[in-house]
Amino acid sequence: MKELLILGAGTAGTIMANKLRRRLPAADWRIRVVDEAAEHFYQPGFLFLPFGIYTARDVVRPKRRFLPRGVEFLQAAVDRIEPDRRRVRLADGPELPYDLLVIATGTRPVPEQVEGMADGDWRRRVHEFYTFEGAQALSAALRDWRGGRLVVHVSEMPIKCPVAPLEFAFLADWWLSEQGLRDKTELVYVTPLSGAFTKPIASQVLSGLIERKRIHVVTDFAVARVDNERHALVSWDERDVPYDLLVTVPPNLGADLIERSGLGDEMNYVPTDRHTLRARGHENIFVIGDATDVPTSKAGSVAHFEAEVLTENVLAHVCGEPLPERFDGHANCFIESGFGKGFLLDFNYDLEPVPGRFPFPRLGPLALLGESRLNHWGKLAFKWIYWQVLLRGWPIPFVEHRMSLAGKQIPAGALKPEAVG
Amino acid sequence: MAQKNIAGQTVEVDAEGYLTRPEQWSRAIAEALAQELGLQLTEAHWKVIEFLQRDYRERGSVPGMRRLNKVGGFATKDLYALFPDGPIKKAALVAGLPKPASCV
Ligand SMILES: Cc1cc2nc3c(=O)[nH]c(=O)nc-3n(C[C@H](O)[C@H](O)[C@H](O)COP(=O)(O)OP(=O)(O)OC[C@H]3O[C@@H](n4cnc5c(N)ncnc54)[C@H](O)[C@@H]3O)c2cc1C
Repeated sequence: MKELLILGAGTAGTIMANKLRRRLPAADWRIRVVDEAAEHFYQPGFLFLPFGIYTARDVVRPKRRFLPRGVEFLQAAVDRIEPDRRRVRLADGPELPYDLLVIATGTRPVPEQVEGMADGDWRRRVHEFYTFEGAQALSAALRDWRGGRLVVHVSEMPIKCPVAPLEFAFLADWWLSEQGLRDKTELVYVTPLSGAFTKPIASQVLSGLIERKRIHVVTDFAVARVDNERHALVSWDERDVPYDLLVTVPPNLGADLIERSGLGDEMNYVPTDRHTLRARGHENIFVIGDATDVPTSKAGSVAHFEAEVLTENVLAHVCGEPLPERFDGHANCFIESGFGKGFLLDFNYDLEPVPGRFPFPRLGPLALLGESRLNHWGKLAFKWIYWQVLLRGWPIPFVEHRMSLAGKQIPAGALKPEAVG
Repeated sequence: MAQKNIAGQTVEVDAEGYLTRPEQWSRAIAEALAQELGLQLTEAHWKVIEFLQRDYRERGSVPGMRRLNKVGGFATKDLYALFPDGPIKKAALVAGLPKPASCV
């Protein structure tokens, strides 16, 4: 009996367990999944929790419910991977051997990485919505909001779902208007990048939106510390951004176990072949989801597309065949823009987000890089798709892992050569 | 692609002044580029420049702040003292490397 071991039962690990159990003969392969948490969180829902659009019931389910029969679930913290001995050590002692390992341990916010961020103001005036507890605490803080300076902040890149903080600012603008608090609130967006949107074509199309919503943007802000006394963000070049309420995205880092295993880069992401998804230098280790260092967005949609590629590659690998499938970096993200509207972006390693229709050329019905009500409904429908279709490893109709160029309006020069060849 | 005369040589640069042909770089050019940024290169500057160049050769991209901290052993505060305002952008420019993805 061979051992396939999956570390992490989040979005990516759960999809892989479902897909591989259907494809690997149960008589030959045992599949085990390890995760320290019992509950699965629908993380995209964390954006909606603070505004009361979703409640806990929308975003939390037991992990086991999404793992198929024939997959063993171990609730345990992983201490480290020992690649040379092909085994994984759990924090409480036991060792698990593997023939094939899939790392799907994701990324998480680490506020301690910024001086002062996790101090006195933490969960009082300084909040985040990248964890369930954080989103709940922020929800309570917003209930008490009477006006002042609300600062939405990104500490550093990369972060998972890089548009989420901007969506938060858009939703805050809408929510504050509904509450009659918008005129009493100064809304500020602070980013380490040189603009709120950085992909050139998206910037062109979307600029104006932020201005219309009266969101003040502070760019190139490399945060040095949070000053809990003066309630201000301070940058390395000594600029101050005072806050009454700070909603920050702390630095995101890969799991500690990756560092302990000596398998990560400086952010604890595993160096991964961006096409095959095999860990560099390790025949029997594959990596998927936010845990990789591949140059595309860290997003659930990416994990879903990667899973289709990885399934075929794992099946080839176990038969000793060359890896057939290539991941192109395909990501597909809805952006909530407030007041019941949204945007949709579709892009990959070689093509930044461009305008067009999706998934069908001309017909759409969704608009790429354009604001519409349908895109907003698309985002809300995604919750159902996530729990019912995506996690269970079923394909999403009409949306392929290889990004389609059909229906996209591609300006000259926007497509990088690799995709053409 | 623009040309630029510096330290008695003609080099090719992009719109923002980053060298586009690394083989045209020399220590003398680095000194002159630094001077244009108002910097006098010291031993400490050179350590950063050499680390950037070595890491770029090995990995094909200019390292970010975390990599400079963790792998290079440079503290952010010190980097800001050496190359004020935009340490990675400035150090990469002086080192003859392309404009970094990093924002500082
Ligand atoms: C606020 C927010 C909004 C988002 N919005 C969107 C969106 O609109 N669209 C989209 O596509 N994506 C969105 N995402 C991103 C998406 O949720 C993630 O990209 C996706 O969940 C990644 O899946 P993963 O399996 O790689 O990691 P995760 O789902 O995070 O799973 C990692 C798992 O590993 C486990 N683990 C880690 N370390 C250990 C250890 N040492 N021992 C045992 N277990 C361990 C964790 O418990 C966890 O269950 C959003 C994320 C956030 C935070």
